[in-house]
Amino acid sequence: MTRHRHPRLPHLLTALLTTLLTAGILTLPGLAAATDVGNFAPVTPDRALSFPRDFGAHPDYRTEWWYITGWLTDAQGRERGFQVTFFRSATGIGADNPSRFAPRQLLLAHAAIADPGSDHLRHAERAARVLPPLTGAEPTDTQVWIGDWTLRRTPNGGSSEDTYRTRIEADDFAFDLTLTPAGPPVLNGQAGFSQKSPNPQDASHYYSRPQLEVTGELRLVATGNGSEKGKGNSPAHRVTGRAWLDHEWSTAYLPEQAQGWDWIGINLHDGGSLMAYRMRRADDSTLWAGGTLLRPGQPKRVLGPDEICFTPRRHWQSPRTGTRYPVEWTLEIDDLRLRLRPLMDDQELDSRRSTQTIYWEGAVRVLKEGAAQDSAVETKPEPTEIGRGYLEMTGYWQRQSSL
Amino acid sequence: MTTILRHIFLANLWRRRLPTALSVLAIALGVALGLAVQLIHRGALDEFERGVRLLNGQADLQVLAGASGFDDSLYARIAQLPEVAAASPVLELSARLPGSRETLRILGVDVLRLGAVNPSLIPEPASAEDAPDLLATLREDALFLSPAAAKRLALKPGDTLTLQAGTEERQLRIAGRVPAAGVGQALAVMDIAGAQLQFSRIGVLTRIDLRLRDDRPPAQARDAIAAQLPPGLTVLPPAQAANESLGLTRAYRVNLTMLATIALLTGGFLVFSTQWLAVVRRRQELAFLRALGLTRAELWRGLLAEGALLGLLGGFIGAVLAYLLAALAFAAVGGDLGAGFFRGLSPQLSWQWLATLIYLALGVAAGLAGAWLPAREAARTAPAQALKAGDEAEAYRARPHWVATLGSLLLAALLCILPPLWGIPVFGYLAVLLILLAAILALPGVTQVLGGLRFGLAFATGPIPQLAQARLTAAPGQTVVAGAGVVASVALAASMAVMVDSFRGSVDDWLTRMLPADLYLRASDSSASGFLAPEQIAQVRALPGVRDIYPVRFDSVRLEAGAPAISLIARRIDGAGGLPLVAGHLQVTDTDRPPAWISEALADQRALHIGERLELPLGGDLQSFIIAGIWRDYARQHGSIVIRMDDYRALSGDALTNDLGLMLTPNAEPEMLMQAIRDTLGESVSEMILPGDLRAMILTIFDRTFLVTYLMEGIAVLIGLFGIATTFAALASSRRKEFGILRHLGLRRRDIGRLLGLEAALGALLAVIVGLVAGGGIAWVLIEVINRQSFHWSMDLAVPGGLLAVFASAMVLLAAGAARFAGAQAMRQDAVLAVREDW
Repeated sequence: MTRHRHPRLPHLLTALLTTLLTAGILTLPGLAAATDVGNFAPVTPDRALSFPRDFGAHPDYRTEWWYITGWLTDAQGRERGFQVTFFRSATGIGADNPSRFAPRQLLLAHAAIADPGSDHLRHAERAARVLPPLTGAEPTDTQVWIGDWTLRRTPNGGSSEDTYRTRIEADDFAFDLTLTPAGPPVLNGQAGFSQKSPNPQDASHYYSRPQLEVTGELRLVATGNGSEKGKGNSPAHRVTGRAWLDHEWSTAYLPEQAQGWDWIGINLHDGGSLMAYRMRRADDSTLWAGGTLLRPGQPKRVLGPDEICFTPRRHWQSPRTGTRYPVEWTLEIDDLRLRLRPLMDDQELDSRRSTQTIYWEGAVRVLKEGAAQDSAVETKPEPTEIGRGYLEMTGYWQRQSSL
Repeated sequence: MTTILRHIFLANLWRRRLPTALSVLAIALGVALGLAVQLIHRGALDEFERGVRLLNGQADLQVLAGASGFDDSLYARIAQLPEVAAASPVLELSARLPGSRETLRILGVDVLRLGAVNPSLIPEPASAEDAPDLLATLREDALFLSPAAAKRLALKPGDTLTLQAGTEERQLRIAGRVPAAGVGQALAVMDIAGAQLQFSRIGVLTRIDLRLRDDRPPAQARDAIAAQLPPGLTVLPPAQAANESLGLTRAYRVNLTMLATIALLTGGFLVFSTQWLAVVRRRQELAFLRALGLTRAELWRGLLAEGALLGLLGGFIGAVLAYLLAALAFAAVGGDLGAGFFRGLSPQLSWQWLATLIYLALGVAAGLAGAWLPAREAARTAPAQALKAGDEAEAYRARPHWVATLGSLLLAALLCILPPLWGIPVFGYLAVLLILLAAILALPGVTQVLGGLRFGLAFATGPIPQLAQARLTAAPGQTVVAGAGVVASVALAASMAVMVDSFRGSVDDWLTRMLPADLYLRASDSSASGFLAPEQIAQVRALPGVRDIYPVRFDSVRLEAGAPAISLIARRIDGAGGLPLVAGHLQVTDTDRPPAWISEALADQRALHIGERLELPLGGDLQSFIIAGIWRDYARQHGSIVIRMDDYRALSGDALTNDLGLMLTPNAEPEMLMQAIRDTLGESVSEMILPGDLRAMILTIFDRTFLVTYLMEGIAVLIGLFGIATTFAALASSRRKEFGILRHLGLRRRDIGRLLGLEAALGALLAVIVGLVAGGGIAWVLIEVINRQSFHWSMDLAVPGGLLAVFASAMVLLAAGAARFAGAQAMRQDAVLAVREDW
C-alpha cells in the first residue's frame, strides 16, 4: 500500500504484510496498488487535534497506528529492546454489507523483543477484521485489541497523569507493561499535521508520547526447548524502562521516488526527546526529512527538511543476507551532533518468507559527539550517552518497491 | 515331484483348454468384481477422507448444527472461551449453477483466522502484474477455486461464474486458487462476509472450527464449550463428524463386497465341477500312475496344485480386469457406484497392494476349495478298482445329505435372528452362505426323490427318456457336479431379482405417496443456496390454475449433543398421499403437543416408539413433539422426521420453502402454468418438474444405483451357463464308451444327442428348481435381515414371477443346448472305436 511513506509506515506495513502474507492474503506486488482515496477522509492542516478524542481510533482515515518502542532493564540489569504496534487499515470493502464479518476495518498487531543475550529478534504478529468483542479499536480513546493482545489508555484525571497498558502473549515471549507519560502529547509537524513529501497532500496527523516510564513483567521462553515447556513455566522478569509511543493516522500515500527510509525516536536522558525521519532516494540522497526536538526548558522545535542531516558512520554486513546496513549514524541538527550506536549490530529482520523483504529495526544508544561546536558541551575523549531510542532502516537489502 | 507336477498335472490343464479357460474366467470374474468394488470404494473413501482432513485442518473440535446453520453471534462467545486457542468460523453451502444440475461447494471463511486452524484452505490470489490487489481475498465477489473445481468448471482466474442464490443469480469473480486443497476436492473458498451477503445467509454460520489450548484436558474443554451451546448445536471432534458420513457408505460397501464374494464362490463351484469331471475322466490314468509308484499324497498335492493354478490364473486376470473396471467406473459413474454418497469428489485410482493380494489369495482359495473334493475322491480310490472298466460311475454315487441340509437351514434361520455386528449384517451374510450350502447338499436327495417319482415325466416311456431318467437316478452325483454352479448362480440371480423388484415396487409406491401434487417447483436442488420466499409462494399461489399448494422445507437437527444430524422435513400431511406409514396414524387426536412422524431408520437407531415424546431443537429452543407414526423413508438413511408445515413455521419462525408442490384445477394445463411460473419467478433459476418425470428420474437413479447389482446378476448367470457347458462337454467325452455301446445297440447319433440334451435339461431343471427355492430364501434374508439391518428400511416382498419363469426356462433350454453342442464331439466319434478302447 504505501511506499516509503514516512519512517513509521514501513515497519507497520511490513508487520501488516507479514501477517497478511502469512495468512495468505496477499502477494507482495499487490502492496503498491493505490486504490481509490476518495472514500476516506483527507488529512488537512486545518483539522486541530483534540484530546482525549484523538487518542482513539479514526476509522474514516485509511490507515492508523499506535506504535510503541523502548528499552527495558530487568532486576539483573540486563537491557532489552521491545516494540508493540497496533495498525488499523480501512479496506473500503463491505460498506453496505450487513454481515458482522464485513471486513471494513482490519487490525494488525506486531510485537518484538531485542535481546542481546539471544542471537535473534523474537517477534510475533496477529491480524483480524474488526469484530467486537474479539477485535476492535475504540474511537473515543486509545483502546485497541486483537484477542488477548491489548493496548489501552487509562485517563487518571489530567492528561499528564494518564497511563497506557499493553499486554502481549506470543509463543516465545510475553509481556505486560504499564507506560506512564511524563507530559502531554507532543504534536509533530504543524500542530499535529505532519508533511511527508514536497507535496502537502502527502501527510498524516501525528503526535508522540515520548519519555514513557515503563514498569511491568517480561517472560521469555528459552528457545530450542521445544514448545511443550510453555510460557507458564518460564520465569517472569520484573522490568523497568523508557519507551516512546507514536499515534498517527493518514489517508494519502507517496509516489514512488524513494529507495527506503531511516527513522529514529529518542528519549533523551535530560527529559527531552527527538523524533527525526528522512526518505532516501536510490542514490542515498534525501527526498524529504522532518522531525521534532524537545529540550527541557526550551520551546518545541519542529524541524524542516533542511534542518536535519543523517550521515552513516559504520556499516554492518548481515552474515545471513549479505545486506550492509549503516548501523551507526551521526545525526546533525543545527549545532547538535549525535552519534547513534546500536544495542547489538544484528537487529536485522528477515521476513522474506512472508513479506519477501528484509530490514533493520532496533534499539540504539544516543551519544553526544565531542566535535560539537556548542561551548556548553564539554569535550571528552569518550562521548557520553545522552539518550536511548529506536532506529528503523529499510531499503538496504533491495528497493522497498513493494512497500 | 516338480517334473511330475508339470508333466502330469499342470499339463493336463493345458490339454483341457476350454474347461480350463472357463474355470479361470469364472474365478477371474469373481475376483474382478470383488476387487473392483474394493478399489472404487477405497479410492472414493481415500478422497473423502482427504476432503474431511482438508476441511477440518488442525481443528481439535467443531461446533456444528443442522443444515440451516446457527446464529453467528455465537462465534464471538465461543472464541472468547478460555479453553479456545483459536476459532475459525465457517459458512458452508452448495450453490447451484443455473441451467445445470451441477452444484459447487462453497466455504465462506475468515481468511485471517484460517492460518491457525486450517491452513490448507488458504486462498491464493492470482498474481496480476499491472494492478495487484492486496485485499483480493476479502472482496465480496472474489471466489477461489480448488484445482479440481477449476478443472471441472473449466474456469481460470479472471473468469466470471454465475451461481444461484435463492431464486436470484450472483456473478462471482474467479480471483485465484486454493492451492493446498488437493487434486480431488472440488470446492471454492470465499470471504465469509461475502458468502453471507451473496447467498442471503447474513447472520448464519454452519460450523466453527476450534483449536484448544494445550494446557487443558480436551474432554473438560469440550464440556465447557458444550455448556455454552444452545439446543440443536453440538461440539464434536472432527473425526467423529467425519464418521457420520463414512458410516452411511459402509453398509453399501459391505453389501457389494459380500455379493462379489458370493460371485467368487460360484467360481469355486465351477472349479469343482471341472476338476471333478477331470478326475473322473482320468480315473484310469491316475490309477496307472498310482500303480507306477505315485504316492497318494503326491496325487493329492498334484490335483490340488491344478486347482491352485486355476485360481492363481483367474486371480491374475481378475486383478487386471478389476483395475480396468475401476478406471471405467470412475470415468463413467463416479466413485460412488451411482449411489450418490460422494458428490463433488474426483477420486483417483491408486495401486492397492494389500487388497490386490487378498483377492489374488481369494482366487487361489476358490481354486483350491473347488479342487479339494475331487482330489480327495481321486486319492481315496483304490488303483485296482479304478483300473477296471466302467468304474467312472462310481464317482457319481452320492448319498442324500438330508440331515446336513436341514441342519444348515436351521442354523441359517437362527442366524437371521441375531442383531448386526458394528452395523453390518454379518450373520445375515452367513445365513445366505448356509442356504447356498443347504441347496447344494440337498441336490442328490432331491434328484433321488424326483427320480423315484420318475420326474413326473408323462412322456418317459420311450427309451431315450428312460435312459436319461435312469442315468440321473443312478448317478445323482452327476447332478451335483453339473448343477452346483447352476444352483449357486440361479439362487443368487433369483434372490437379487426378487429383492430389486420388491425394492423398486416399494420405492415406486413411496414416490406416489411422497409426491401427491400435480407439479413441483424447486428453488434449487442444493438445500443451502436455494429457497423460495413467502412473497414468491404467494405469487405462485395467485396464478390461475393453481388449486392448492404443498410447501416443503428441509432442515436438519441433532436430537442431542454429539448425535448425528437427522433430516427434518416440514410439509403438509393432509390431502392426497399423506405419508407412507408402516405404523401409527396420520390423524392425531392429542392436541397437547404437535405430532411428528419418524422414519424407520430413526426408530431402529434410537429405539423410539409411537406415543413417545420427541424433543426437537427449533428456532433455538427445544420443542416437544409426540411420535404419531413411523414412516418408510428410502431417501435418508441417517434418519428423518416429518412434522407439519404449520407447526414448523410457528415454532421456528422460518417462513422459507425449498420445494413447492402445486395441485392444479382440473382444466389447468401444466405446461402453460409452468410458463406462467417462469414468467413470474425468472427463467433459469427455478426448477420445475411434473411428478411423472420426477418419478422417472428417481427410478433412473435407482436403477443406476443397482447397476452393479444387475452386473453381478448377469455374471452369475454367465458363470452358471459356463458350468453346464463345461460339465456336459466333459461328461460327453468321459462317456464315449457308454455312447459307443448305445450306438452298437442301435441308437442313432441323433438319439445320443437327444439323450445328452434331455439329461442336461433334467439336471438343469433340478438345479434351477433347487436354485429358485434357495433364491427365494436368500431374497427373504436380503429383504428382512440384510437390508433392514444395513439401511433400516423395509420393503414389500414382490416376486417377479414372469421374469423368473422366463429365466428358469431359458436356463433349462440353454443347458440342453449347451450339452448337445458340447456333446457333439462325442457323438461324432466312431462307435466301434469308442467301444474298442476298453479291450
